[in-house]
Amino acid sequence: MGTPAKETVPEELRRAAGEERVGRPGPADVVDGGAPRWVARADGTDSAAAILRVAAEHGMTVVPRGSGSKLDTGGPAAEVDLLLDLSAADEVLEHAAGDLVVRAQAGARLRDVQRVVARAGQQLSVSDPRPTATLGGVIATGTSGPCRQLYGGVRDLLLGLTVVRADGTVARSGGKVVKNVAGYDLGKLFTGSYGTLGVVTEAIFRLHPLAGERRWVAVRVPDPESAAEAARLFRVCQAAPSGVELDRPAGGEGITVCAELEGRVGATAHRAEELARSFERTLGTAAEVLTRAPEWWDELPHESGGTLLRLASAPADLGELVELIGRVEREHGVSLALRGAAGLGVLYGAVPAGVAPESVARLVEGVRAETGRLAGYTTVVHTPPRVKELVDVWGPVAAGVGELMRRTKERFDPEHRLAPGRFVGGL
Amino acid sequence: MESGALTPPARQEPRGDLDGCTARLRELLGRESVITDRQRVRTYECDGLASHRTVPAVVVLPENAEQVRAVVATCSAHGVPFVARGSGTGLSAGALPRSDGVLVVTSRMRRILELDVANERAVVEPGVVNLDVTRAAQPYGYYFAPDPSSQQVCSVGGNVAENSGGAHCLKHGFTVNHVLAVSVVTPDGQEVELGGHAREAPGYDLLGAFVGSEGTLGVVTSITVRLLRVPESVRTLLAGFPTTDDAGAAVSAIIAAGITPAAVEMMDALSISAAEQAVRCDYPEGAGAVLIVELDGPHAEVEHTFTEVSEHCVAHGAFEIRTAADERERALIWKGRKSAFAAVGRISRDYIVQDGVIPRTALPEVLRRIAELSASSGVRVANVFHAGDGNLHPLVLFDGSDPGETERAEEVSGAILDLCVEHGGSITGEHGVGADKVRYMGRMFTPEDLDTMQSLRCAFDPEGLCNPGKVFPTPRLCGETPGRRRGVHPLTEAGLAEQF
Ligand SMILES: Cc1cc2nc3c(=O)[nH]c(=O)nc-3n(C[C@H](O)[C@H](O)[C@H](O)COP(=O)(O)OP(=O)(O)OC[C@H]3O[C@@H](n4cnc5c(N)ncnc54)[C@H](O)[C@@H]3O)c2cc1C
Ligand SMILES: Cc1cc2nc3c(=O)[nH]c(=O)nc-3n(C[C@H](O)[C@H](O)[C@H](O)COP(=O)(O)OP(=O)(O)OC[C@H]3O[C@@H](n4cnc5c(N)ncnc54)[C@H](O)[C@@H]3O)c2cc1C
Repeated sequence: MGTPAKETVPEELRRAAGEERVGRPGPADVVDGGAPRWVARADGTDSAAAILRVAAEHGMTVVPRGSGSKLDTGGPAAEVDLLLDLSAADEVLEHAAGDLVVRAQAGARLRDVQRVVARAGQQLSVSDPRPTATLGGVIATGTSGPCRQLYGGVRDLLLGLTVVRADGTVARSGGKVVKNVAGYDLGKLFTGSYGTLGVVTEAIFRLHPLAGERRWVAVRVPDPESAAEAARLFRVCQAAPSGVELDRPAGGEGITVCAELEGRVGATAHRAEELARSFERTLGTAAEVLTRAPEWWDELPHESGGTLLRLASAPADLGELVELIGRVEREHGVSLALRGAAGLGVLYGAVPAGVAPESVARLVEGVRAETGRLAGYTTVVHTPPRVKELVDVWGPVAAGVGELMRRTKERFDPEHRLAPGRFVGGL
Repeated sequence: MESGALTPPARQEPRGDLDGCTARLRELLGRESVITDRQRVRTYECDGLASHRTVPAVVVLPENAEQVRAVVATCSAHGVPFVARGSGTGLSAGALPRSDGVLVVTSRMRRILELDVANERAVVEPGVVNLDVTRAAQPYGYYFAPDPSSQQVCSVGGNVAENSGGAHCLKHGFTVNHVLAVSVVTPDGQEVELGGHAREAPGYDLLGAFVGSEGTLGVVTSITVRLLRVPESVRTLLAGFPTTDDAGAAVSAIIAAGITPAAVEMMDALSISAAEQAVRCDYPEGAGAVLIVELDGPHAEVEHTFTEVSEHCVAHGAFEIRTAADERERALIWKGRKSAFAAVGRISRDYIVQDGVIPRTALPEVLRRIAELSASSGVRVANVFHAGDGNLHPLVLFDGSDPGETERAEEVSGAILDLCVEHGGSITGEHGVGADKVRYMGRMFTPEDLDTMQSLRCAFDPEGLCNPGKVFPTPRLCGETPGRRRGVHPLTEAGLAEQF
């Protein structure tokens, strides 16, 4: 790894970021179990650029951080020279309510953004985040909540982006308007890129009107096949649900499938009742209308110290997906808590803490082979470091696509200094 | 089709071994699929923007993905530039050919390969006409949401390249929100699939970046599109207002009330009168502006909201409101709007279709400035726009036979784009940059911005053979990547991850 000249680096970083904003790592400054050499805090695009220029000069490896909740996602972190923290770049810069657009710094917490825009009766349609999640983290991980069934994912809501490249160059793409096809849409490329192409410093999102009323229609079914049928009925029903989720507790009997409806006051409650009744007619199962989301809604099933998997198939293969997970569970004698976007065919599966790393690794390989047969995939979101030594957390990508990803990485970060080795295919 | 200011045909210094390339293409595709006859290739000299013309050296008509792959690989091997073309309705000269290159026309690739209703998607060849996807899906209660006004002719491959929108993208989004995967032949002749069966797969979202790249990253050979359920209820109204300001205020009120209509379209007096002459759409007499508002969704929601929308229109001065009672009346309401571009041809010998975007709230101010520009230059401007998202289509009218008028019209047209940029908008909302707007890119983006975008270009097309001269004002020389390697990653060493 790079061996930065230790004498001058802190000095130069301080000049770039400000006296108070550079230091040695504290106990909370951990990247996937390891400590970085330095921590620097940027409060905006300019200071992030200045810091990255110093890092470039000294060939330092850099990992950006929002609130740090997902820093352990990805391949094992090789030695990190610099942790670039963006939590001080936390301003909501502009809320153009009449245009349904918000512009904010990358370190702004999603929750704060929601609070600001809610005053004008608007929402950023990525559901309720963790209390700490930052915009930059949401973009870099590409995570959205159940409502992406209706509104699309982060990439579909992102209008404009300011990034700082590995060499400190500042670049913008997109803009402040919903409709815009001038130039390449780099927002898409950066969504889900886990800090490996550049550091996001500012983002512009489109907003939606805040729903006046929400209802949840839930059914409990005995097996994967009927869960898939329930999810299908929700997915194609004319009530246009904003989310279609599934929950199956570990070792639990039965699966809950639940659809969220949102819309105007009065009309939504009515729609929910109608949907529940039509469900009972078609499925012959009782359907319940809830005025609050089920407790598990919007929560990942993860348990600290355990392993969290993301498992996906085409939406219509949901039944087989749940079925195959069951087979793998039986084979490995481990039972997963299963939850996620049944309408999209993307589920999270939680392996409890305490399962031996070797067993976790074998289970991942097993389930990956099976999802592969469905033209789906299995990736590991969280897992103890030891498991990462045994199994590739991302899984394979088709050769041609992998080659394009590699070429993209090389053009954006030719020296492989941004979160090196942590992304798909060891990028 | 609309005409416009004539730019002299681009002459390019020939690149690569064109003769060798052509000979090889004939071997691969057969003589009848490779056209070099001057008369015949001339029919492809321009797309929907006829002011840019270049006669291509060679036109090929591949019939399947494998032939496209072979064509691109051959061009690449001979260093010959190539340009893809769908139906040629593009309005930014994106499909403008190269005089030293090959034009790859997808008009023989019009098969719908798969209609997967269970997964609510269809797989189509790039030449499939947009509306044909909806026609195929309709019997199952589905449709393809992107609906450019050109949907009866434009191809899905063209839609992907331009990230096309339509009147209904206000609520339902653009092409990029409705494409799940594309098969692409990259400029080095490899076929790859971006996106896929399962959603949200890990890795860079190359699919998202590809859509809207205007044919500069590769040639699309198949597209998996998302199909939407035909909504339970659709309601359409037409409202006549004294002025565009009144109509604009009504739109603001509708949006502020938390309503997301499927479409909100506006036309000003001049475009109404053009449409009236062309198709007798019978819009409200004496209107300074009309609004078309369409709502779709669950029945109960739509009915409730529809009443509210009418009230907002009345409150902001609408003097006449018509609601469509059936599909026929709905078509009648849309007729004037859908024919607006062509209709302007009735009142002006030549015209430029401009495409710019502003934040919607800047509408009154920008329309006022456009009126001033028009008054001071003596160039008439008719306004048609997607009022919900601030996408303006000013139609700049002129008579090309009149000396100096062409230049004046071009000036006004460019000044309108400056207005858009000044107000934080964009130089194009749906027609793309193509060859036509490269000169304006610098007004919206810095050299660093453009350079960063071109990094992606270099990853796909380091030789710059794929639709060169489009989108970017100055091509970036890709060169070798510095590749200061940082050693082998531990995972690779352990044989767990492939280093590609
Ligand atoms: C609807 C919803 C529900 C959620 N539910 C849960 C849940 O139940 N449990 C849970 O644990 N989490 C949950 N999350 C949180 C989510 O999974 C991520 O934790 C969060 O989005 C990451 O934000 P962060 O600021 O903590 O990012 P970090 O953890 O700081 O960073 C994550 C990754 O992004 C990179 N990164 C961060 N900032 C930038 C930047 N500015 N530029 C470039 N790269 C950057 C980092 O290097 C890292 O690779 C939920 C999120 C949403 C939206
Ligand atoms: C009357 C009229 C109304 C219109 N209304 C709208 C509208 O409402 N909304 C809107 O967005 N647009 C509109 N357009 C513009 C145009 O119809 C769209 O841009 C359309 O998507 C172009 O499709 P095409 O098949 O004609 O593409 P072409 O014009 O043939 O090509 C357009 C671009 O796509 C590239 N391309 C084509 N096929 C491929 C492929 N297989 N692989 C890679 N690149 C490819 C070309 O290289 C070129 O850059 C309108 C045009 C007209 C004439």
